[in-house]
Amino acid sequence: MAVDYSTLKKGGFMRQKQKNNFSLRLRVVGGNLTAKQLAKIAEVAEKFGDGYVHLTSRQSVEIPFIKLDDIDEVKNALAEGDVQPGVCGPRVRTITACQGQAICPSGCIDTYALAKELDERYFARELPHKFKFGITGCQNNCLKAEENDLGIKGGIQVKWREKECIGCGVCEKACRKGAISIKDGKIEIDDGKCNFCGRCCKSCPVDAWDTVHGYIVSFGGLFGNSINKGETIIPFIEDKEKLFAICDAAIHFFEDNAKSGERFKFTVDRVGKEKFKEVIMEAYNG
Amino acid sequence: MAEFIIDDTVDITDVVCPTTFVKAKVALEELDDGQILSIRMNDGEPVQNVPRSIKEEGHQILKLTDNGDGTYNLIVKKVGD
Repeated sequence: MAVDYSTLKKGGFMRQKQKNNFSLRLRVVGGNLTAKQLAKIAEVAEKFGDGYVHLTSRQSVEIPFIKLDDIDEVKNALAEGDVQPGVCGPRVRTITACQGQAICPSGCIDTYALAKELDERYFARELPHKFKFGITGCQNNCLKAEENDLGIKGGIQVKWREKECIGCGVCEKACRKGAISIKDGKIEIDDGKCNFCGRCCKSCPVDAWDTVHGYIVSFGGLFGNSINKGETIIPFIEDKEKLFAICDAAIHFFEDNAKSGERFKFTVDRVGKEKFKEVIMEAYNG
Repeated sequence: MAEFIIDDTVDITDVVCPTTFVKAKVALEELDDGQILSIRMNDGEPVQNVPRSIKEEGHQILKLTDNGDGTYNLIVKKVGD
């Protein structure tokens, strides 16, 4: 029987140069694996592979040198350790994330929780071409949000609370964008300069700020054969439901308009940036 | 600042990150709960980051004053022993 490589690829089995050997890509969400999963991956790599794993550029794990005849046995063994195969090809890929506010002092959003939700919502969804989501917790951008077809960056929208403020002046210096000025003891924020980094409220000794933790979304990032920085075409997003509505709209736009094998950026360029913006703004405005 | 009685001072303009914070932290350790330290620091990275690190250590920041010579004084009340 002929080997159906595309079905295998869809199921995470990547054909190697070496005949009948596959590098098995695993399903990883937000770059986290449990100790139990790691132990099982190690066991499978030892027993069915070549005793090592490869860490991919997008936070997945691949086990090289899995033999064609062992595929079902490998899948069953991995399942015992709560490990599932990943995907490749024209569909929604691994949702990547930095550690986010659960771990990192700079984080503005819970990136892992969001990665899990996006994974449940979209992972492996069939599309005209690959589609990558990446989530970074703050402006430090450790996860490089703009490399992704849809990049999400955490931010904090701030509003000064005059009553609590002790006028220490720390926030003015903490801001790296020069968005804060203090005039006659009153703080003024230049909204055009604020990038939602949250350094002002995080450094404030008395937390004299109302804060909204939200999302800055970029579209059309690429970092392969062609390179393009994803563009932010909509304002700061204050809540998760709105974020999901926007993700839905972007994916539907891609699904409805893309030619087979065309990356999101090129679909947007071909159909028209203005047309795309209209669709996204409609979702933004609910 | 006249409204604060400074118990001790430390100058961290002669070191760079992350030693800036370490030097400030060591100076705070010498103080008793409630005493006030004035930390002299450079413009740029130190004044952007040191106040937040001091806050995260649980101390109380009272004021940041511009010395007009490219340095700032951060007035901090020690919290805890």
